Amino acid sequence: MNIFVCVKQVPDTETKIIPTSDGSFIETASIKWIMNPYDEYAVEQALLIKTSNPAANVTVVRLGSVKDTEALRTAMAMGADDAALIEAPDNLDSYSIAKALKGAIDKSGKKPDLIFTGKQAIDDDALQVPQILAEMFNFPSVSVIVGFEQSGTTIKVKREVEGGALEVYEVSTPVVLAANKGLNTPRYASLPGIMKAKKKPMLQYSLGDVGVSDADRRVKYSGFKLPPEKPPGKKFDATDAAKQKEVVAQVVGLLRTEAKVI
Amino acid sequence: MDFALSSDQLEIRDLALKFARNEMIPHAQEYDEHGKFPAEIFKKAWELGLINSCIPAEYGGSGFSGVDGVIIGEALAYGCMGMNTSFMANDLALLPIVIGGSDAQKKKFLTPFTEQFKIASFCLTEPENGSDASGIKTQIKDGGDHWIINGDKMWITNAGFADLFVVYGTIDSSLKHKGISAVVVEGKTPGIELGKKEDKMGHRSSDTRGVKFNNVKVPKENMLGKPGEGWAIAMSTLDHSRPLVASSALGGAQRAMDLSIQYSKERIQFGVPIAKHQAVQFMIAEMGMKIEAARLLVHKAAWLCDQGKKNTEVASYAKAFASDSCMQITTDAVQIYGGYGYSREYPVEKLMRDAKLIQIYEGTSQIQRLVMARELLK
Repeated sequence: MNIFVCVKQVPDTETKIIPTSDGSFIETASIKWIMNPYDEYAVEQALLIKTSNPAANVTVVRLGSVKDTEALRTAMAMGADDAALIEAPDNLDSYSIAKALKGAIDKSGKKPDLIFTGKQAIDDDALQVPQILAEMFNFPSVSVIVGFEQSGTTIKVKREVEGGALEVYEVSTPVVLAANKGLNTPRYASLPGIMKAKKKPMLQYSLGDVGVSDADRRVKYSGFKLPPEKPPGKKFDATDAAKQKEVVAQVVGLLRTEAKVI
Repeated sequence: MDFALSSDQLEIRDLALKFARNEMIPHAQEYDEHGKFPAEIFKKAWELGLINSCIPAEYGGSGFSGVDGVIIGEALAYGCMGMNTSFMANDLALLPIVIGGSDAQKKKFLTPFTEQFKIASFCLTEPENGSDASGIKTQIKDGGDHWIINGDKMWITNAGFADLFVVYGTIDSSLKHKGISAVVVEGKTPGIELGKKEDKMGHRSSDTRGVKFNNVKVPKENMLGKPGEGWAIAMSTLDHSRPLVASSALGGAQRAMDLSIQYSKERIQFGVPIAKHQAVQFMIAEMGMKIEAARLLVHKAAWLCDQGKKNTEVASYAKAFASDSCMQITTDAVQIYGGYGYSREYPVEKLMRDAKLIQIYEGTSQIQRLVMARELLK
């Protein structure tokens, strides 16, 4: 069984984000990169399958800059067998990313049975790659999964929907599954695992190698800006009963004219 | 000259810190309050390769350097100094085997610790012999094809859970240092009598007891080195372990500073965060200065050891400076937290209680100064 896990490397959650001076992206020089947290559930699920099916092969695929390979090395230190890295700018759009991932999976020569991803990346929160990838492969896909059970080529997944309810799907492989928090508890990469991962080979491709060109870009970023700073909240004192009517009128007025929410 | 950690060391530190944040800090208060031994957390840390960093690669260990060891030690102590005492006690007990053991002894006693989660105890101190370790009274008598051990040990870390003890005794007390010998005693050996768990001020999760050896028989081949070589082994062990103990103080100090910085930015007095008050700023500046200096000393003491150079003097600088700094820094952290700092609901009072022990065990801050002076005045 061939399992692929698509992982993204994102800035550590404690990173202070600074847009570049030309507004084309964010400053990446001093960022500490981590594996996208949702992708950790995806890697863990692949490794859990490998535990019960030792013949399974787990390949992690990542697209992005090659300066740091934190996410791929973490996945290999956790126990993934192979890794492929597609060198690309960090601000590619979802369509190009999905096309490049498909290109790398095709190039591996291994027919995918299961493709795991995180449900979204915590940097751009686009929530598109798993679905586009599934369409390109013509595979079914289920996102936001919190439960996984496999018997042969049939897979039962639980998907979280609004209000905390669960939808249960039965899908057949090959399939693209996008993991949510709660699917499992990702293991730590152990120290011996980290040391071993350094010796594992990593395939490297250019965007051209996996069939992606500039013409594939569907979205171009025109500007990165920090959100405007939130003005401090206003406090209204309505403890004096005689003044309550007046204060309420004032608050309602401001909600209409200033906050424009009613 | 290069002060930077290698990329391997950064990864080791990141993993150990991640473990400290996720697995230790959330439980530290509960284990402290109930004096509960952190067996599961200990085992989890072992599974990740964070325990027994002193075991060489040829015996199944990770082959970490002393510097790697203090990097791990600092990070784990950041999680909880008390739990780290239990973790570190394994290294302290295994080091005499690494230092003074034969190849066969290393295979027999060290390798099982890499294959299975096991706990070890170092038995040097006695009820009447702490700082004056050379005066130990525990007897090791020749019983023909075995040794017979009789005596009382005190303040033995991990004693209640130990799979293996390394015990120091004398073959003849009139020989003073030259009679001291070290033997490995398997945990299940008949005649080992455990005392009650001590109810301590800090490091409450670590298991500390008195241990009595009543006619405990161990095979002849369990002696490390020759009879009378125990003192040299013990002294060399301390040269290796003092940087490690110092790293524990460093981790606790770093945590106290991080908490102080965070709290001082949140707590508003006189209309501004207390971090804006110079009185608080100076305390925090002092913390940063001491931590930086302590870390350099700790790393240098471990590095000297890795280079095979004598580190006795620097190891004592590191141990005394890091533990005295940790005491000051955790005390100031309580001061910055004010009334809240004195409450058990906030994390800093525990740090202050935990800091105190590091000035005492593995050679008090005063003994360290004796060692320094002895080296300097040679």
